[in-house]
Amino acid sequence: MSSIRRVVVTGLGAITPLGNTAPAYWEGLRTGTSGAATITRFDPTKFKTRFACEVKDYNPDTYFDRKEHRKMDLFTQFAVIASDEAIADSGLLESGVDKDRVGVIWGSGIGGLKSLQEECFQFERGDGTPRYSPFFIPRMIADSSSGNISIKNGFRGPNFVTTSACASSNDAIIAAFNNIRLGLADAVVTGGSEAAITESGVGGFNALKAMSERNDDPASASRPYDKDRDGFVLGEGAGALVLEEYEHAKARGAKIYCELIGGGMSSDAYHITAPDPSGEGVVLVMKNALRDAGIQPEEVDYINTHGTSTPLGDGAEIKAIEKVFGAHAEKLNISSTKSMTGHLLGGAGGIEAVACIMAMQNGLVPPTINLSTPDPEINQALNFTPNTAQERDVRVAMSNTFGFGGHNTSVIFRKL
Amino acid sequence: MSEIAEKVKAIIIDKLGVEASEVTPEASFTNDLGADSLDTVELIMEFEKEFNVSIPDDQAENIGTVGQAISYLEEHAK
Repeated sequence: MSSIRRVVVTGLGAITPLGNTAPAYWEGLRTGTSGAATITRFDPTKFKTRFACEVKDYNPDTYFDRKEHRKMDLFTQFAVIASDEAIADSGLLESGVDKDRVGVIWGSGIGGLKSLQEECFQFERGDGTPRYSPFFIPRMIADSSSGNISIKNGFRGPNFVTTSACASSNDAIIAAFNNIRLGLADAVVTGGSEAAITESGVGGFNALKAMSERNDDPASASRPYDKDRDGFVLGEGAGALVLEEYEHAKARGAKIYCELIGGGMSSDAYHITAPDPSGEGVVLVMKNALRDAGIQPEEVDYINTHGTSTPLGDGAEIKAIEKVFGAHAEKLNISSTKSMTGHLLGGAGGIEAVACIMAMQNGLVPPTINLSTPDPEINQALNFTPNTAQERDVRVAMSNTFGFGGHNTSVIFRKL
Repeated sequence: MSEIAEKVKAIIIDKLGVEASEVTPEASFTNDLGADSLDTVELIMEFEKEFNVSIPDDQAENIGTVGQAISYLEEHAK
């Protein structure tokens, strides 16, 4: 292999509970807005949790013709919408790019949950005659997201979906990074999406006792690092990046946001849903990412944490940060933007990468909202960027995501 | 136009997202109305549901135009 190729970010897109474009999303992050509200996608009356962070004012007819969107689960619709924005932002199509050299590597933890649920309900209600839609399987399978993005744009390079629960997007970003570094593609559309605010999604996570049940005040329910946190808040949407080989981006005069300099992966090898309280897997993943990036811990300015607002997970990640960063831990800006967006599961890494890059662009770190009673079990000498955004020249940003199954991922972006 | 023909036409407009003016008796689902093989399977399923009939695969293969669908259903609908 010749020298390793550098990878930069040339396009951003997002559809989130805070706003339906990347700039609208940033506006919500910057102002510390909660995206949580009572669930509208189904009647949640009998559920333990009756709120979530839904994408607002969503009408598929705005983006697709009706025949088209009927064939896509909501998670694929979100994937196509965020990707379209990122691709347009990158100017890739207008540049006459060789589409054989453009890939799509997307992340989704679940895939088309609503489609699966609906078809099963329908069969159950019938007389036993199978009347499954021919679009059922293509709507449900997780890779219909990357498939649809490539079909729409004619991108014939590497194409697949990564599934590692809530780490899925970061795994996709790392796979995209590696495909470009290794010369297998010149550009890759990456990120991830999820749309699990359904009866089975909410019921399933409730059964795991993983979600907040603060039904009387949804907007304050996602409260990472706060003493009164009681679980995560389910979110939905998509975040997309166009990653591109540096020389390729320069040659076409592309706008370059930043460089992706490192990706780390590790496994807890501990429990299928509970985080390892020792945080060893999380220490390992951040070390792996720093080593891959070839930088010292002291060079990092901002960490967008996994920080889902669960009693166990938040503390373990912070302990791991203290271990990896030592005295520098207190000089970092740390924030969990899940306090505002909720937890997008397999889509989390996508929108959080967008948050890191926009923090760099704007010299402003988005806050951890609802941090009113700091948890004494968590070292509060660390700067969690509580409640309001803080100005900072973010040169290096790290984004962590961890998933059920014990998957840990961390990616690092740096200003050029 | 018969009631069956009206219903068939409405289903085709709905599922294939086409204009009413395009849904002529001679119009082929795949050649004229933009259907792919999956769309055609879905159309047949909708006809079965709407008209409470079961269309065997070997007969479904012969339903390729709007007119063929209407004649088949006028003959077999209960």
